[in-house]
Amino acid sequence: MIFVNGQSSEVPAGETVAGVLARMGLAEGARGVAVAVDGEVVPRAAWSTHALGEHARVEVLTAMQGG
Amino acid sequence: MMPEQTSAVVAGGQPALGEEPLVIAGRTLRSRLILGSGGFSSLELMAEAIAASGSELVTVALRRLDLSPTRPRGSLVEVLAAAGVEILPNTAGCHTARDAVLTARLAREAFATDWIKLEVIGDEDTLLPDAPELLHAAEQLVDEGFVVLPYTTDDPVLARRLADVGCAAVMPLGSPIGSGMGIRNPYNIALIREAVNVPLVLDAGIGTASDAALAMELGCDAVMAASAIARAEDPVRMASAMRAAVGAGRLAAGAGRIPRRTYAKASTPSKGLPDF
Repeated sequence: MIFVNGQSSEVPAGETVAGVLARMGLAEGARGVAVAVDGEVVPRAAWSTHALGEHARVEVLTAMQGG
Repeated sequence: MMPEQTSAVVAGGQPALGEEPLVIAGRTLRSRLILGSGGFSSLELMAEAIAASGSELVTVALRRLDLSPTRPRGSLVEVLAAAGVEILPNTAGCHTARDAVLTARLAREAFATDWIKLEVIGDEDTLLPDAPELLHAAEQLVDEGFVVLPYTTDDPVLARRLADVGCAAVMPLGSPIGSGMGIRNPYNIALIREAVNVPLVLDAGIGTASDAALAMELGCDAVMAASAIARAEDPVRMASAMRAAVGAGRLAAGAGRIPRRTYAKASTPSKGLPDF
């Protein structure tokens, strides 16, 4: 089971970060978006190649009003 | 952009007194007011307030993207880009150096900026910074090439330590975030001014324009205002007031105020006083 933003998801292991973002309706060049997998940043350049493990915890973050 | 409201330019095109630009980490900022994007009831109101404030730097937080199919499509990033301001990401909500460092790295990815307003919170009720975690995170982020602007307590020793590890500015609080209590310890802010050579930005606690003016009079280089503008009854009007206050305080700081004294000192000479 892969978790995306704290929720269990239908995303299968082996899916790439770019694939997850596409499932969320985000284009590849989405501005203001950053991704962490298992507590580590996945740089934009690695989105299309970084494959998710069996129990990956994916965090997809964006800008929110604050500060 | 709104028309100039603080007469930044006098005849001949020279900047008026007190209007020298602020430089942080090599970036020139004409406005000495940094805005928070939080607390506005709409993005439209935020954009109007930004324009009225003249600010060129606006903070944003990083949070989980809303996964629901009904998530709003209007993007904060796009509104800020249209407003012509730079984004200053923050690490709001982080309680450890580890989380703050990770958040800063994610912000760099998301917004393509090395600038980070570093916040490491140590207490939920007061939102006061956790000093050891803050210093630790600052050191690590400076090592990783970030331009670090730490939100700190009004402790001159901690401010000096933050500057010593390479922070690009220090941002002491006047009073707790969102409290509107103004500057509770102006002596400490003045001491911090003496303690550090990096830009000094008053962060947190500003309630109204006079607080911003006082910050500048105490020697701050800039003021950060968030709730004071966003949660005012009329945020756009308050943004204009803050802009004017920062300008006035800066002018007054450069003008050199008279000393405070207990007794009166007549401004009219007694010489020539008639004897009735």
